[in-house]
Amino acid sequence: MADTSHGTGGLAFDKSKRAWPNEVNIFIALVLIVLIFEALGQLLPYMKGQSMLFDFNTGRDGTVLNMARIKIIILQVSIIGIIALGVTQVIITGGIDLSSGSIVGATAMISMSFAQTELVNGNPNPKAMFGPWAMDLPILVPIAVGLGCGLIAGSINGLLIAYTRIPPFIATLGMMVSARGVAKWWSRGNPISFPTDEYAAISNGNLVDGLTFGVFSESWIVTQVFDGQNPAIYFLLLAVLFHFIMKYTVYGKHTYAIGSNEDAARMSGINVAWQKVMVYAVAGMLAGFAAILLTSRNVTAQAGMGFVYELDAIAMAVIGGVSLAGGRGSIIGTVLGAMIFGVIISGFTYLKLDAFYQEMVKGGIIVAAVVLDQWRQRRAALKS
Amino acid sequence: MSDDIVLRTEDLTKHYGGVHALEGADFELKQGEHVAIMGDNGAGKSTFVRQITGVEHRTRGRIWLYGEEVNFAGPLDAREAGIETVFQTLALADDLDVPDNLFLGREMTKWNWLGPFRVLDYKGMRDATVAGLERTAVKIPNIRNTIRNMSGGQRQCVAIARTATFHSRLTIMDEPTAALGVQETAQVENIVRQLKEAGEPLILISHNMRQVMDLVDRIIVFRRGRIVANLDRNETDGQDVVAYITGAKTGAEYEGAA
Repeated sequence: MADTSHGTGGLAFDKSKRAWPNEVNIFIALVLIVLIFEALGQLLPYMKGQSMLFDFNTGRDGTVLNMARIKIIILQVSIIGIIALGVTQVIITGGIDLSSGSIVGATAMISMSFAQTELVNGNPNPKAMFGPWAMDLPILVPIAVGLGCGLIAGSINGLLIAYTRIPPFIATLGMMVSARGVAKWWSRGNPISFPTDEYAAISNGNLVDGLTFGVFSESWIVTQVFDGQNPAIYFLLLAVLFHFIMKYTVYGKHTYAIGSNEDAARMSGINVAWQKVMVYAVAGMLAGFAAILLTSRNVTAQAGMGFVYELDAIAMAVIGGVSLAGGRGSIIGTVLGAMIFGVIISGFTYLKLDAFYQEMVKGGIIVAAVVLDQWRQRRAALKS
Repeated sequence: MSDDIVLRTEDLTKHYGGVHALEGADFELKQGEHVAIMGDNGAGKSTFVRQITGVEHRTRGRIWLYGEEVNFAGPLDAREAGIETVFQTLALADDLDVPDNLFLGREMTKWNWLGPFRVLDYKGMRDATVAGLERTAVKIPNIRNTIRNMSGGQRQCVAIARTATFHSRLTIMDEPTAALGVQETAQVENIVRQLKEAGEPLILISHNMRQVMDLVDRIIVFRRGRIVANLDRNETDGQDVVAYITGAKTGAEYEGAA
């Protein structure tokens, strides 16, 4: 048979079907939201022409940016942002993780109880959880305990979902309730406080100063930009790490494959069950790390810590373009989603609106992001 | 056993609980041969393929591939042994691009000591994909495009291109053109002819009589879980095959089987 009928034929490449990366859209959305707040700052009479992110008058930071507010925006989203990095992976597999907030609560209590110091101002620690054996332990002990707790909780989620085949919603809902129970039971509801100085320094120290051995202690970048920003630095480092993992490793490829078409992944020989266990375990571990940062920052642990963090983390991912149907989304998107989240909350404070409105609007944004995602999917389905 | 037998099954049987989906199938495929499997819905065609490709575990029977008895634990085993399957439901991940799909589950990697976090060799996979597409004469304008953005024909071509990329020893296609338009079907059929010229053995499951008559050397008919006919394409015609499919006729050597 001659080969004449070959040719692109019906297979021509349709340029209109090629879109720019979704992250660009999200970045544009971020810029637009900032511009809206800036415009409101100029237009609303009681704002007296204040700017949200810029500071032209004083220049005390040596920049035209309002560094104080930018730092707060980044800082307040970074701990939940770390959780969102794990939640992003879970959602990309087509699952959901409702337990991360409660895992934060349980991990906060457990890891803090191994981070306490024996003497507070010369007196015995009034909040002591254990006897002297658990006091002033090396810093690695509470960190290992915290990461271990998150890992165990996440693995239980993953094993339940992978091997009993119950929906992720139900499995992680169960973990959400149970882990909160663990958090309350651990110290019978009492707060655990007074960690060692080293533990408090995880969040409150100056990581960049430490890593550069104090050489640049006096420099602008250390004193102005990175001071007190440790959670944000961890967030960005972890974001870079997981961006690489999701994009350039087998782990990432299989995670996307499962969310795209689980049957295809299985038929291609991917160990779907094990991959899911790994993804939920990683998500649990990131929640555990967030708990360490949170307790270190607050130098105390309470059973209610991390309440509804899971929803904020899911919101960040969804705003960042991670599809709840699975298979689509990226770490960069989630980081941008976290920034949008932070800008909106900070913007409301800047406009001197009550916190009630923040919550109302936050709910609306989550719903709007999902509606937008559905709309994008329908449009994609129509095109193909 | 001679080496020119690509695949041989003996007494291949699969029961789902009380349902006898496949009963005592004896089958042989020679080197370079293209064989069609026909039969009504539920006649056992797909069940037969699923036992060979390791997707399911047979109730009983034996399978030889190139003279070697094989027991696949799963589909990946079968693929590693050289059996490449184009599934009825396209086994493609919609959100990944062409090389990703071709290499799904067997990615080229670097830094393997990193375990699950070993790094993908994107360039290697892209080069192998382009080479594979050239070998099958499959034309896909942009292999970086995700499957979601492709037409049905392109998707099917991607699925088929897997076979060429991995130098498979046996290709199985499960209704490759069932969901395609006329032009796209022609494209797929051309690829099948390409495989024939290259001497690649093939099992084709199809309901399309014209296509079967056009493409294959031999036709096997399944009925109610059993093989009821083994026909040479040149010694049969459409009516004859239909008679076997509907049970109006049963091959002499299979008398009493249906």
